[in-house]
Amino acid sequence: MTGRSAASKTASKKRRGRRAALEEPSVDAARHLETYRQMVRIRVFEEHANDLYLTAKMPGLTHMYAGEEAVAVGVCDALRRDDYITSTHRGHGHCIAKGARLDLMFAELLGKAAGYNRGKGGSMHIADQENGNLGANAIVGGSAGIATGAALSARLRGTDQVVACFFGEGALGQGLLYEVMNMAQLWKLPVIYVCENNLYNEYTHFEETTAGTILDRPRAFGIHTAEVDGQDVMAVATVTAELVERARQGEGPSFLLAHTYRYYGHHVGDIQRDYYRSKDEEAHWRSERDPIALYGAWLQERDIATADELGTIEAEVRDEAEKAVAFGLDAPYPDEGEVTLHVYA
Amino acid sequence: MSTPSRTVEPRAAAGVRTITFAQAVNEALAEEMRRDPAVFILGEDVAEAGTPFKVLSGLVDEFGPERVRDTPISEAGFAGLAVGAAMTGMRPVVDLMFGDFLTLVMDQLVNQAAKTHYMSGGKLKVPMVLRTTLGATRRSAAQHSQSLHAWVSHVPGLKVALPATPYDAKGLMKAAIRDDNPVVIVEDKLSFQDKGPVPEGEIVIPLGQADVKREGTDITFIATSSMVVVALRAAETLAAQGLSAEVVDPRSMVPLDTATLVESAKKTGRVVVIDEGHQSYGVSAELAAVVADGAFYHLDAPVKRLGAMDVPVPFSPVLEDLTVPTPEQLTALAREMCGARS
Repeated sequence: MTGRSAASKTASKKRRGRRAALEEPSVDAARHLETYRQMVRIRVFEEHANDLYLTAKMPGLTHMYAGEEAVAVGVCDALRRDDYITSTHRGHGHCIAKGARLDLMFAELLGKAAGYNRGKGGSMHIADQENGNLGANAIVGGSAGIATGAALSARLRGTDQVVACFFGEGALGQGLLYEVMNMAQLWKLPVIYVCENNLYNEYTHFEETTAGTILDRPRAFGIHTAEVDGQDVMAVATVTAELVERARQGEGPSFLLAHTYRYYGHHVGDIQRDYYRSKDEEAHWRSERDPIALYGAWLQERDIATADELGTIEAEVRDEAEKAVAFGLDAPYPDEGEVTLHVYA
Repeated sequence: MSTPSRTVEPRAAAGVRTITFAQAVNEALAEEMRRDPAVFILGEDVAEAGTPFKVLSGLVDEFGPERVRDTPISEAGFAGLAVGAAMTGMRPVVDLMFGDFLTLVMDQLVNQAAKTHYMSGGKLKVPMVLRTTLGATRRSAAQHSQSLHAWVSHVPGLKVALPATPYDAKGLMKAAIRDDNPVVIVEDKLSFQDKGPVPEGEIVIPLGQADVKREGTDITFIATSSMVVVALRAAETLAAQGLSAEVVDPRSMVPLDTATLVESAKKTGRVVVIDEGHQSYGVSAELAAVVADGAFYHLDAPVKRLGAMDVPVPFSPVLEDLTVPTPEQLTALAREMCGARS
């Protein structure tokens, strides 16, 4: 894996005007703690989302991001607020990492008018354009065109904005991805394809669905590739910073393969999972590869934070999340007249 | 019926400029691209080739390859790019060479473009145009001849325009480009060289305004796109036989000017809807239902439909010609409905 060592080497090249990679010594404790907090916010958000489903307070279902926090937070750490992301059906983590508020997210999950999208999108369609989130997408791979089009738009409008296109390894089965990667490389568009390989296409191991080597696919177009331990937030942030810099300099698209794991099932109702993955495997990732625990340990080893300080962050996040859930539960549903609003602009 | 506030196609007259349908589309695009730097075109062979139909010829010379952008043969891909570009401040015009290729872009059009504004609670907009074609009898067989505008008309969030004349082609294209929603414009590929009156200067036809192409009193033909000329020819024949047919062109399926259709139905009491989509489950059924619903007590006969036969479009000219409604069929049907002797 390129992971830390290669990424660090790149990070040591000083470039003017860019955001320092998370691993650099110049990064202060406050930024590290903010990164830690963002991962905890995602984890706690998902715990509440699961509870809301299990207690039948949330309509429909949802797909949890817990376990993959370091990918979303690491990638978004390297982005500016005016950079864009596109997200997936497993999108809460991307949304939070790009700057969303938990209360407006819970309201959306609960179908309330106060939600980010007035309750009309729900878990799989949260969009937060003020923070550059062009929306989650319930069609696997469906946002690859949107992300690439946003990158073309940035070029045509003469901005230096960059787009991160998140998708799971399941989207590698979709033809659209290859059509747009071809155009992105032809036209050197500022888009980073972030493949979150959590090992499972819904209920099927990706090796049963994916021929050849994943990175050979973008390489066939001549797209720059990188591979990273998706449980290591600093490695993700550092390598993404390099890819963002390339894109801003007009050097074109890149493809980042992040190895990660989802703690829950494909969706909240996917409880009995033995037939496609073992409890031992799940326990291993949770105990040995947890991105929040790994980062917390690193912060303590470097004396950037004490266990108490990290505990305080978690307590603050739990308080924020409980209030956010209460806000969502108490918020009114949309008026019936809303049903015909926003069909057309 | 038209009112003074409506944008009505001028009748041909001395001194009014006449151009082809293709020139009208080209002119609309050029004017809008000059007016608004956010407008750009993308699709297969749109630049130097100007499309196989040569509708876009010359645009790349004025606007350059960045704004008249040749793409790979990746319909879903470039339609998807248009959605993302539209969401972030651009106004793309997607050129989809044949209407049959709608099959290839449906996810981007239906699940992405059409729903983004609604799903985002009004936060995001997708101001894009997708122009494509319909129409058989070009001897192009089953995968280059379909009229699939009913599919897109069925999807809330999309607008759909069907220009039948050069004047409407220009005015509807300009309105579509300025619209903040995804608009599908379907053009009859056999009409590109047809000429019609298009005065110099600004023409913007608001979507949702029908046009009465010919006034009459005995029967109404509600005709779309390629079938407008069929209806006008039938009306001409009927006039010689003493029957007065009115021809109403809705011009856009979504939004639909129901008032004008119903008004004409009430006036004449007899209606035939004629459209080149397959007759079953098509646009003609929807328009017939609108008329039946709005003018039931004024009707002297059941509303009739004429659409393409429910068969894939055959290649052999002898067979292909059987599948599309003709002026002769429409004339015979109208005479029967009016109780005229055959």
